[in-house]
Amino acid sequence: MNATLTPNTLAELAAAVRSAPHVLAIGARTKPRLSAVAPDVTLISTLGLSGITEYQPDEFTFTALAGTPLREITATLAARGQYLPFDPYLLDAGATLGGTLAAGLSGPGRFRFGGLRDFILGVRFVDGAGRLVRLGGKVVKNAAGFDVPKFFVGSLGRFGVFGELTFKVFPRPATTLTLRLPVADANAASQILTTAAGARWEIDALDLLPTADAVALRLAGPAAALPLLAKEILTRFPGETLSAATADALWADLRELRWTFTKGPLLKLALTPAQLPALAATVRAHAGRIHVTAGGNAALVSLPATIASLGLPALTLRGPGPLWLDAPAPPAIAAAVKTALDPQNRFPSLAA
Amino acid sequence: MSSTVAPATDPARFLQRLGDILPPARVLSGQAQLAAYESDGLTAFRTAPLAIAVPETQAEVIALVRLCHAEKIPFVARGSGTSLSGGSTPVAGGLVITLNRLNRILRVDPAQRLAVVEPGVINTAVTLAVASYGLHYAPDPSSQSICTIGGNVAFNSGGAHCLKYGMTSNHVLGLKAILATGEVVEFGGASRDQLGPDWCGLFVGNEGLFGIALEITLQLLPRAEVFHTVLAGYRTLEQAGDAVSAIIASGLLPGAIEIMDALALEAASAAVHAEYPPGCEAVLIVELEGPREVVASQRPQLDALIAASNPVEARPARDATERAAIWKGRKSAFSAVGRLSPDFIVQDGVVPRRRLGEALRRIAEMSRAAGIRCANVFHAGDGNLHPLILYNGTESGALERAEILAGKILHMCVEMGGSITGEHGVGLEKRDYLATMFNADELDCLHRLRDAFDPLGLANPGKMFPDGTAPALAQHGLHPLEKAGLISRE
Repeated sequence: MNATLTPNTLAELAAAVRSAPHVLAIGARTKPRLSAVAPDVTLISTLGLSGITEYQPDEFTFTALAGTPLREITATLAARGQYLPFDPYLLDAGATLGGTLAAGLSGPGRFRFGGLRDFILGVRFVDGAGRLVRLGGKVVKNAAGFDVPKFFVGSLGRFGVFGELTFKVFPRPATTLTLRLPVADANAASQILTTAAGARWEIDALDLLPTADAVALRLAGPAAALPLLAKEILTRFPGETLSAATADALWADLRELRWTFTKGPLLKLALTPAQLPALAATVRAHAGRIHVTAGGNAALVSLPATIASLGLPALTLRGPGPLWLDAPAPPAIAAAVKTALDPQNRFPSLAA
Repeated sequence: MSSTVAPATDPARFLQRLGDILPPARVLSGQAQLAAYESDGLTAFRTAPLAIAVPETQAEVIALVRLCHAEKIPFVARGSGTSLSGGSTPVAGGLVITLNRLNRILRVDPAQRLAVVEPGVINTAVTLAVASYGLHYAPDPSSQSICTIGGNVAFNSGGAHCLKYGMTSNHVLGLKAILATGEVVEFGGASRDQLGPDWCGLFVGNEGLFGIALEITLQLLPRAEVFHTVLAGYRTLEQAGDAVSAIIASGLLPGAIEIMDALALEAASAAVHAEYPPGCEAVLIVELEGPREVVASQRPQLDALIAASNPVEARPARDATERAAIWKGRKSAFSAVGRLSPDFIVQDGVVPRRRLGEALRRIAEMSRAAGIRCANVFHAGDGNLHPLILYNGTESGALERAEILAGKILHMCVEMGGSITGEHGVGLEKRDYLATMFNADELDCLHRLRDAFDPLGLANPGKMFPDGTAPALAQHGLHPLEKAGLISRE
């Protein structure tokens, strides 16, 4: 059992980092494998650091403490007609803003305007020396200093403990419309993903569903325009327009990962549509399920049991097995950057 | 803590070893040859380097950086030299590595919508190379017809369309780079997603302090099918600012929202023969873009918002030629200001958007009090100001007075909760102001990162950090090549 500290202020957060030789931040632990570390690591919960500290709708920005539940943020933004366009996962499960950044987990909406890396503006964090620092900015555009906030996307909390985060937001499109395009196999899916992604329609989300039998294509924009676009798309790719209720349920099920096995590993992969057929075949051979998102650039794979390799680097978010399968080789500079941000090796290494 | 430049071992030996890497014709060290490289888009400062190296291959760049590392000679990478923050101003006793000849587009993958390019490729050349696939490269700095992707990556360049599309960093998927340590690293790749920390994100915007990008993988986007571009003139800047607020509040997400003030209009109209609505203190440019059905649906909403904002005149572009003319006027504004004044400093501080009006009022007051003219061209959607501070460098003390005004504007931006730079980078110009945004611990953190990539402090020293390198010499007037009509700041 790891000891756990729960600071309630940013000063307490910095003190918590300094208080133990080995620490790692946790949020709501909706991706528990990322923080399943050696027993001598003291866990620092950010759940006591919750709340939106600044929100200026006319600036397209908000700042919130790292432990703020995403559902609180999305509700606050929605009340002012705005949203985080990258559709963060696990809202109902209680996922936090900080945990989402650390995991580098962007949802289907990232297809259109980009993921976490395209919306993070600034981070106040505690470095490995226990110092509370703020890098990046609080305005939508800033080029001063190195872009450490972007570096933190997917950093798994191994380079600093997030205290407070500033994000860019966008106005929420007036309406959405989802098409279900049946596909015979992963090759056909890959073909649709590639063709549709390059077309004129300004698609909002483009996913291969875990049922593996259809691509879901979402449009977002003015109510008058979407049916016209949908009609043209359906002449290119046979399929149907889903009712609003069916579409909402489909995206909510994807967002909350309701399609996954309750046991067994859940893994995240980065890929290209060209790599999809081989990956899908591997997943099928192991009786697994796969949700391909971002037009074939990211995937979540759920397996009934652990395996050694998916043929591509993969990160285990949940369930048993090692943190990494086929871990990507760290760039030559990785160790020096780790030392720069964490000179005493207070945070676990990326490898574990 | 600070990265200080190690003393050169022996310049003569260094030059000799340079000759082992490049043929004599591609090592420039004569006084006349060096002159062209003494400054960049920040013409107020110049420094003569030890030599200029003109590599043609990645292997040569790698060999040059490794030689600099072995001989402890500082180096500055240079593309087209358009940096407005002095990012490619040479270092005395150092090597300038020009990357213009590494201008190959190595690969275009229309299916995955990406291009792999060398650093010397010109920004617009990317879009030209992929236009036949219906794709484009989104970042569009005003100097895009001349600036290089390598420079865009080093300084995380912006442009007029950042509100919707972000900066250079948002479009870099992968990088191969030679670090100041002599190591070659590869970050990211062909996927739009990633596992592990965002190394590409950290590298982009390093201002040349980490090393030199050798290969850049850029994401491409489908070109917008149609545009609706409106130019509206207003009696006052305040009215133009109110129109921006109304558009932002409406839920529309225009591709660009730009404002030019009277002085900038005067310059632009003289330079490109554009005719702007008469008697206006400000012109607003707003652009919607997307599928024709979407733009058709949003266009009446935008037109109604602009009509309600009480413009002197609103002119929608009727075709691609008129749209191009609107953007030509906007993008030539910087160099056009050269017609109004022999010298100018371009700033790019950021303020929260809702305080734009207040910021412009205060800039006008400070400019009046200082007796210095100041033209304004800015990305209103981002709160990104571009005050152009006009001065005559032949007048004693004029540059110093202009710099004092520039400093006051930067302080104002930080005090309002903004930034000293939105897209030009800190460079040489604003290094003394970095500490207005970051405290000692934060600066130390940035220094430690720099030291991780460049322990000897050889890569572009004296930029971003105020760390004791010899100050560049002041000069006045246009860049030598600008005077000769060979280059312009667009």
